[in-house]
Amino acid sequence: MSSLEKRLAAEKRFKFYGMFAMTLSLFFVLILMYKIFSTGSGAFVRTTINADVYFDPNFIEVSSNSSKKEIMKASYVDLADQVINQNHPGLDEENFIKVREMYTRKFDFQLRDYIANNPNVIGKTVNLDISASSDLDQIVKGNYPRNVPEAQRKINDYQLSILDSLDSKGKMSKTFNFWFFTNGDSRDPETAGILGALMGSFYALLICFSFAFPIGLLASVYLEEFVKPGKITDIIEVNINNLAAVPSIVYGLLGLGMLIGVFGMPYQVPLVGGLVLGFMTLPTIIIASRASLRGVPPSIREGALAVGATKMQTVFHHVIPLSLPGTLTGTIIGMAQALGETAPLLMIGMVAFVMEIPGGAFDPATGLPSQIYLWSESAERGFLEKTSAGIMLLLSFLIIMNTVAVLVRRNLEVKW
Amino acid sequence: MLYLSLVFVFILSYSFYFYGKKRALSLKFKKNENLSSLPDYYGYYVVLLVFFPAIIIWFFLLIFKSNFQEMFVMSPVLFPDVATWSSGKFGLIMNKISNLSMIVNLSEIDLTVGDKSILKMASESEIIAAKNLANFDKIYGWSNLTLFIILPVLLGFLATKSISGKLNAQPIVEKIISYVIKGSSYIAIFITFGIFFSLVFEAINFFRYVNFMDFFFNTAWNPNRAFVINASEGFDQEALKEAFGFVPLLTGTLLIASVAMLVAVPLGLLTAIYLAEYASSKVRDIAKPIIEILAGIPTVVYGFFAALSLAPFIKDVGEGVGLPVSAESALAAGLAMGVMIIPFVSSLSDDVIKAVPQSLREGSYAIGATKSETIKKVILPAALAGIMGSFLLAISRAIGETMIVVMAASLRANLTFNPLEPATTITTQIVTSLIGDVEFDNPKTLVAFALGLTLFVMTLILNIAAITIVKKYREKYE
Repeated sequence: MSSLEKRLAAEKRFKFYGMFAMTLSLFFVLILMYKIFSTGSGAFVRTTINADVYFDPNFIEVSSNSSKKEIMKASYVDLADQVINQNHPGLDEENFIKVREMYTRKFDFQLRDYIANNPNVIGKTVNLDISASSDLDQIVKGNYPRNVPEAQRKINDYQLSILDSLDSKGKMSKTFNFWFFTNGDSRDPETAGILGALMGSFYALLICFSFAFPIGLLASVYLEEFVKPGKITDIIEVNINNLAAVPSIVYGLLGLGMLIGVFGMPYQVPLVGGLVLGFMTLPTIIIASRASLRGVPPSIREGALAVGATKMQTVFHHVIPLSLPGTLTGTIIGMAQALGETAPLLMIGMVAFVMEIPGGAFDPATGLPSQIYLWSESAERGFLEKTSAGIMLLLSFLIIMNTVAVLVRRNLEVKW
Repeated sequence: MLYLSLVFVFILSYSFYFYGKKRALSLKFKKNENLSSLPDYYGYYVVLLVFFPAIIIWFFLLIFKSNFQEMFVMSPVLFPDVATWSSGKFGLIMNKISNLSMIVNLSEIDLTVGDKSILKMASESEIIAAKNLANFDKIYGWSNLTLFIILPVLLGFLATKSISGKLNAQPIVEKIISYVIKGSSYIAIFITFGIFFSLVFEAINFFRYVNFMDFFFNTAWNPNRAFVINASEGFDQEALKEAFGFVPLLTGTLLIASVAMLVAVPLGLLTAIYLAEYASSKVRDIAKPIIEILAGIPTVVYGFFAALSLAPFIKDVGEGVGLPVSAESALAAGLAMGVMIIPFVSSLSDDVIKAVPQSLREGSYAIGATKSETIKKVILPAALAGIMGSFLLAISRAIGETMIVVMAASLRANLTFNPLEPATTITTQIVTSLIGDVEFDNPKTLVAFALGLTLFVMTLILNIAAITIVKKYREKYE
């Protein structure tokens, strides 16, 4: 081969390497998305068992004219057992337990909620879809194999036979899993929901925004408009660039050591989480806001100053409004990053098991990403689905936020 | 109630703007006084005097709520010897009281009758304290609310009263705002100091238990050995010596980061070269945002992916060719981390390559070099400093990354350089030492801060080096 041919071959090879590297990177995005969506889609569907429920007054402690509070407080375990006995007549004690395991452990709560919503139902028979247990759900969805020895299965042969007979009678069905969106966390995968974590993240982001946005905006205004470049601005500038690259876990340690340790703020609440996320987001906002302030042409400032505005009036009446879209874009992107941060939440304790849906920034809560982490640590197959579904929810929030940022940039930003 | 009082502060400040403005206008038109500033500024003047004091006090009440709670509950009236208690005992009793206060029917317990079963668990004063605690939120909320109706109104009327034609509101308002702006920009510095001091302070506490040299040069990491032998003897000094050895964490971190860099550097750099030099603008417009998606995906997702799919896959492949691969191998965590870092390398290098002046390329083409020769022999050497800067930033990202390693790497320290074996990292150990009970008087908790400080210093040096290199590079071609 001549030297020119060699060189041209090398050229081709090099171009191919580049293309290969790019394609591989794109491939990683695809494979990640595929894996998440294929494991997570199941969580939005729940297997139910159709059953005739006779609300037998003998097994219900309350009557139809009891107050809602009394209804919520009473126990419905006996009623749940009675319902199973009616729908599966002639069970001995051993088989009864096996059948009971096929229904959700929260069976009695489902009955309670139904009575609370329809108090007149007591004494009547209603046809209800009762949620199946998570293990049964996984068998029906095909995530647990059926053709393995009984000892390796969570659902035994007797339960499988009951399942098949129910199936042949058309009693098994699937519904959209509302619980995933309306419940807090639970030990049982079938009733575990993401709302609590969602609210926790919401309060934390609210705090994060109300801390980082005003302070970031004002700080960038000071650095861009009011001080001449000098030693102090240099220090602040290096400092801000550094803060932007500090690992998030270190911010978590700051929250634990200072906010919780020194100021005595409570553990595992969105208030502390939000402040820590705010510390993290601040540099992002300042950097974006400064770039956007720099984009406002000097003629605007000079025009305002020429007609007699003070420096402060120039900045607040003209420069800031013109730069606001850019600042907002940076803020939304910063908030999207904050929403996905897990490590700081781990440090300040927002990873505990919390069943209640938090009602404010002072209630113990988890965040969306830390809930995903918690579920991913559970061994049960049902939680695997929930983890992926949680990730899907988190990713869709991030996509929404980033789209909003792009829209703000495209439609509101002033072009000079 | 706390939120309600905040809402009140906002509403009152907003309405006082109109009140102050109205007062200024009436001075002008009814009393014919000459105003020194525009009427708006009198409104702002009143707002600032109402809003800032109120919001600062509100913040303090919020932050120190738990301190007020303790003061309220642990009053010397109930516990005469409270001043002599150690902090440990204080915490224990406080815990007991807060648990007691959760009892649903606490308010129904009549101490004069004496519910014996409860009195067995807690003393009478503890139950009174628990009752107080149960009422605390209500009392605190209401007093807060009252304070935040009275305080702004009082301030507002005083401020409005002080308005006169001679009062030049505009410079005062501008002065206050300029202080606020200045203060905001110093907050970034306070955060750095906050990070530094909270880390240093607790790290010093840690080094009271563990020798500095033992920490940095020991090769064994078994923090579980550092438990209290018994209350009177304190910690077993010999066990402490052996418990916290930093070396395996460092090697584990570097091992996983190197695997990540081995993935991210070639892929990221080649992608950047392809996008900057070869790709048509159409391909570029589509591919660049998609690759940047990789940077926007939360790391918990990568961790889940690494633990769920990547690690078992690598294990199967390894066993297929007869290599023993651990289920928590450093390779799996490193690969996932590498994919995460690709966009950091690619987008920074892309910027750097595009900043190389066109004249260098043209000069190279003119003497007959092919495109790839130009890239390899002209552009890359010219852009080297900037590319190195992007690598340094990527390394700093890799050692500070937490969730991927927490979920996919091992918890057990292992001094190894074999990526098929399990390894643990600094960040993993910070998380494990802080999950569960956090006690600020136990080296097992405090070690997190010593590790955090080390991590902070490591990333700080890398970041400063990277930022300086990139800045120098930019200046070169500007």
